[in-house]
Amino acid sequence: MTISPVSILSARFDVEDAHLLAVAREQGAYATLDTLFDMTPDDVTEEVKNSGLRGRGGAGFPAGIKWSFLPKDTGKPVYLTVNADESEPATFKDRYIIVRDPHLLIEGIIICCYAIGCHDAYIYIRGEYTSQYEILRSAVEEAYAAGYLGESVAGHDFSLQLTIHRGAGAYICGEETALLESIEGKKGQPRSKPPFPAVVGLYGCPTIINNVQTIASLPYILANGAAAYRAYGTEKSPGTHLFGISGHVERPGMYELPLGLPLLGVIDEVAGGVWRGRGLKAVIPGGSSTPVLTAEEAATVTLDYESMAAHKTMFGSGGIVVLDETVDMVRVVENLIQFYHHESCGQCTPCREGLGWMEKLVRKLLAGEGSHADIDLLLELCDNIEMKTVCVLSAACTMPVRSYLVKFRHEFEACVTEHSAAAQPAQNLEAAP
Amino acid sequence: MSDRSQLLDAGRPFAFDETREAEFTRLEPRYPERDSLIMPALWLVQEQQGWISREAMEYVAERTGAYHAQVFELATFYTMYHLRPPGKHHICICRTLSCYLREKQLLVDWLAANLDLVPGAVTEDGRFSLEEVECLGHCGSAPVVQVDGVFYEDMDEEKLGALIEDLRSEAI
Repeated sequence: MTISPVSILSARFDVEDAHLLAVAREQGAYATLDTLFDMTPDDVTEEVKNSGLRGRGGAGFPAGIKWSFLPKDTGKPVYLTVNADESEPATFKDRYIIVRDPHLLIEGIIICCYAIGCHDAYIYIRGEYTSQYEILRSAVEEAYAAGYLGESVAGHDFSLQLTIHRGAGAYICGEETALLESIEGKKGQPRSKPPFPAVVGLYGCPTIINNVQTIASLPYILANGAAAYRAYGTEKSPGTHLFGISGHVERPGMYELPLGLPLLGVIDEVAGGVWRGRGLKAVIPGGSSTPVLTAEEAATVTLDYESMAAHKTMFGSGGIVVLDETVDMVRVVENLIQFYHHESCGQCTPCREGLGWMEKLVRKLLAGEGSHADIDLLLELCDNIEMKTVCVLSAACTMPVRSYLVKFRHEFEACVTEHSAAAQPAQNLEAAP
Repeated sequence: MSDRSQLLDAGRPFAFDETREAEFTRLEPRYPERDSLIMPALWLVQEQQGWISREAMEYVAERTGAYHAQVFELATFYTMYHLRPPGKHHICICRTLSCYLREKQLLVDWLAANLDLVPGAVTEDGRFSLEEVECLGHCGSAPVVQVDGVFYEDMDEEKLGALIEDLRSEAI
């Protein structure tokens, strides 16, 4: 079979200066506003539900259903916060939308806000995205000047204010309740749920949090209908996705593809295959938090939510990382644990201390000072940290780490046996933080 | 920069200049609660002064009506706020997975060998500072380096050397 990219979300990505309103409009931006206000908000929600669009931040929750969790007539304002805190290692899709077609995002925001009855929306963009922020800000200013935002959106009786809020270097703010805390002027420490943000969210008001790519998918659905969107992908994973392919491939980059394609086919035909003529060792399917697939498992998986679940991993954020045969899995695990330990917000002890403990154990193995018991201890720590914290950051570390420990245990064992002359008896107490 | 344990005094009071004042005033009506202005205000301080001194944090507390402690808390929690002056050019090298796999360590080693610059430090002449940071979201063009906010993609030692040379030849 031949796999070729499609252009639903990325239709204007290669148009020069599509970040400028005049160019974007010439290419069809904001066209859905001509008919949007003839529909009722419930009709819009229904169309999105029918499209089967799932949240593209990583969790894959159906977007239209999420919207319908908003309580009616609370007397409080409803907020939309767009999650542009894209920080999951291997994920860089939202940046493409922000830079190449920010008006697609703004159009999507207008559609969503009309559907959920929101008049104040926020985009939370990670602080590291500097020039990206400037492009987005100019686009928002142009949209205000053209009357797409403000007191009367496109001349209709609907007001919408849109504010960009910059983060300042915290992965955890991509967790939706930490994001809300951050906008409220607090440390990014996640809240206990329930209550869920749809009921008690930003400033204590009903709030919808959607990923950039989810929102950017709305104009196509509105313009072409749910059935047209469903023509792509599979029944349970409809539509297209921006896949970011990185690591050891010949042509790393961003590719829009329908869901449901075979992973290896995509790596070979779209990304040019494993680099330097090397063999494939493993693939991280959807961002660093998703359990790793061996080359053998990668051969049977397809890029959709169900197939990933059947392979005991997750679809995640569409950030695919290819690992060639030379990769030292113990060093990969060290790299990942260091990331999550650094990004722990510090609120929950198992995460704050436990991830640091795991980091020390892996370093001990790499230094040739570890024992077989340390490998078991790492697995035990995974069990004792996971789901024992307010949010899933710790699980985002332990789930993949466990997968490397189980599937590539021999590499961890080799750290012990190769240094057997120098090996110390297990001294787990000393490894405690 | 990496040491986030202490607040430093600039030895002079802080106030927004005209540009920053205008931006702060633009933002004020966009939030229903004034605490939301603390992070944007800290960004404005850093834009104006290059880093965030204790005096500037107290100024932000005054302007937003927040307790000093709350401003200190945010400034220390969010790692992009500089709590001490960085070099004239601040270099961030992404250390996370995709950049690691595409050999970012060669770049770190190059800076150590050629500028005697290690992560967390500032060169003696104050021109460059270096920080190893977590995923910068440019994994498809790894390894990536960010200097003074500008991204440089698909980097190697040669390109890094040329970039440093360009920055060096700028008038001080």
